Amino acid sequence: MPSVQLAVETRELTFAQAVNEALAEELRRDPTVFLIGEDVAEAGHPFKVLKGLVEEFGPARVLDSPISEAGITGLGLGAAMTGMRPVVDIMFGDFLTLIMDQVVNQAAKIHYMSGGRLSAPLTIRTTLGATRRSGAQHSQSLHAWVAHVPGLKVAMPATPYDAKGLIKSAIRDDNPTIVFEDKMMYAAKGVVPNGEYVVPFGVADVKREGDDVTLIATSSMVHVALEAAELLAGHGVDTEVVDPRTLVPLDRETLIASVRKTGRAIVLDEGYQSYGASAELAAVVSEGAFWHLDAPVQRMGAMDVPIPFSPPLEDVTVPTEKTVFEMAKMLCGRS
Amino acid sequence: MATETAAPPVDRALALEMLERMVVIRAFEAQANQLYLSAKMPGLTHLYVGQEAVAVGVCSALRQDDTITSTHRGHGHCIAKGAELRPMYCELLGKEEGYCRGKGGSMHIADHRNGNLGANAIVGGSAGIATGAAFSAARLGTDRVSVCFFGEGALGQGLLYEVMNMASLWKLPVVYVCENNLYNEYTPYEEVTAGSILARAEAFGIPGEEVDGQDAIAVHEAASRAVARARKGEGPTFLLCQTYRYHGHHVGDVDRSYYRPKDEEQRWASERDPIALLSARLGSEAELDEIRARAEAEVAAAVEYALAAPYPSPGEVTAHVYA
Repeated sequence: MPSVQLAVETRELTFAQAVNEALAEELRRDPTVFLIGEDVAEAGHPFKVLKGLVEEFGPARVLDSPISEAGITGLGLGAAMTGMRPVVDIMFGDFLTLIMDQVVNQAAKIHYMSGGRLSAPLTIRTTLGATRRSGAQHSQSLHAWVAHVPGLKVAMPATPYDAKGLIKSAIRDDNPTIVFEDKMMYAAKGVVPNGEYVVPFGVADVKREGDDVTLIATSSMVHVALEAAELLAGHGVDTEVVDPRTLVPLDRETLIASVRKTGRAIVLDEGYQSYGASAELAAVVSEGAFWHLDAPVQRMGAMDVPIPFSPPLEDVTVPTEKTVFEMAKMLCGRS
Repeated sequence: MATETAAPPVDRALALEMLERMVVIRAFEAQANQLYLSAKMPGLTHLYVGQEAVAVGVCSALRQDDTITSTHRGHGHCIAKGAELRPMYCELLGKEEGYCRGKGGSMHIADHRNGNLGANAIVGGSAGIATGAAFSAARLGTDRVSVCFFGEGALGQGLLYEVMNMASLWKLPVVYVCENNLYNEYTPYEEVTAGSILARAEAFGIPGEEVDGQDAIAVHEAASRAVARARKGEGPTFLLCQTYRYHGHHVGDVDRSYYRPKDEEQRWASERDPIALLSARLGSEAELDEIRARAEAEVAAAVEYALAAPYPSPGEVTAHVYA
């Protein structure tokens, strides 16, 4: 964690409270910021993340929209191109399917297609993550889809501290940015400074230092990695956990430096394993740390199946501290 | 019908300016076609010839700071909103001095200084952008108006209805201008468009008006009424402009007999031509010759300039991915 955090007073916030604070502070700071989405006002969003914002900022800046994901994304884009900084709330990451043209063909390209003369400071907040018993259309982690498209920035906060700092950076960024929040993490607590701070994009965070194996983990998988690291410590394996925090831009140097040090790496990401973010991260460290590797870089992601509803089925679709522990042990030649 | 607000009569000076803009658009498009036929232009382009009265009629009712969004058939909107021809041809040819430094091309031309937020190669794709520009106009306390140009083909896209709903709910200053040129690419629109087009707008509580899209004055008057409503905070309007595309879907669409008869094309060109109609109404045949000569000279000089202009250097390819 950056040392600034140690120099100021801190308190514990949930992930949801940290998101809420980030939005409230930016709404206060900049009159061109507004929130739009389904049930974002009085309802405060189904996860209650936005509770209290409409009371402070009013319905002109915290707008309940129709259930029109493409429409609110397009409206947000147009407002972004003409002087505002909208934050569009897409309730579930699965609904990215409904906004893809506005995001991929419009927002991502407008700065480039206009030769740099137009820009779109648009923030889209959405969710990822399974194991909430929500079925196949409310459980996917589709961040790889947007990370694949030049012109978009993609943030994957794993802690309340990162969530607050990254959302504030996203809102101030002049590019279209998509922030993925793990909906299982909203109640998780973490230390957050009292004062103003931002977390810059493109700066990875070493969440735990170690010498034997690197776990590169995103979003929900950071906690799985940290728990697996504890289990591994009991078996004499010293584990480093590196969180890229943003997929685009990506802090390649920090990832590669860690794997050069440890010589072993597992990439953990809750997106589908095939053609996913984990493949890109694995390729980056394989290329960058090739001469330092003692074992092939491994990937662990969601199984390549639609997320099933039945709990015992759903639970096996994503990596857990146990499966990561087993994989890391094998990679380190421990039994 | 939204006819309650009387528009001021169009004076002769303004009508002549409109005529000149229409002639410039037509001359621009004739040269664009030549650039394609002589293989000097990369890719394809979609010509606006026949529809000039819509772009000019609407944009002559706008201020420079009002915004528009345009379509893949967007040269007319761009010129009508005030663009210069040199950077337009440079853009069509992929040259560095183009409005988008050659990175956009014909289908993505934008001219931010004149409020043109860009042509769009996704049919109906700019409806959200136009509505969002209207949202910001209202929220930032300006009296800017936003115009969304789209062809009748966009009536098949859901995004349009999503944002029309919000525009009406929140009384946004946006004018939806549907240019019905009778063909969704290569398919007659009646084959793919159910019910009444205006009723679709009225279902959202948006006043709709059908306009003769070949009559520049009628378009200007209808647009002026719609823009006045928007500026006063009275919300969106939907204009259905009946028009006709003289050329094919794009410059390469030459054999069109399988989807529309030749005599239909000839009838529109000889009886319903927007330039001839306005000129006859103004009794301006003598001025028209001068206007044509001026437009052709301006176009010829701009094309010559653009053909000689440099391409961007290859190093430019990675610039402007991010702001």
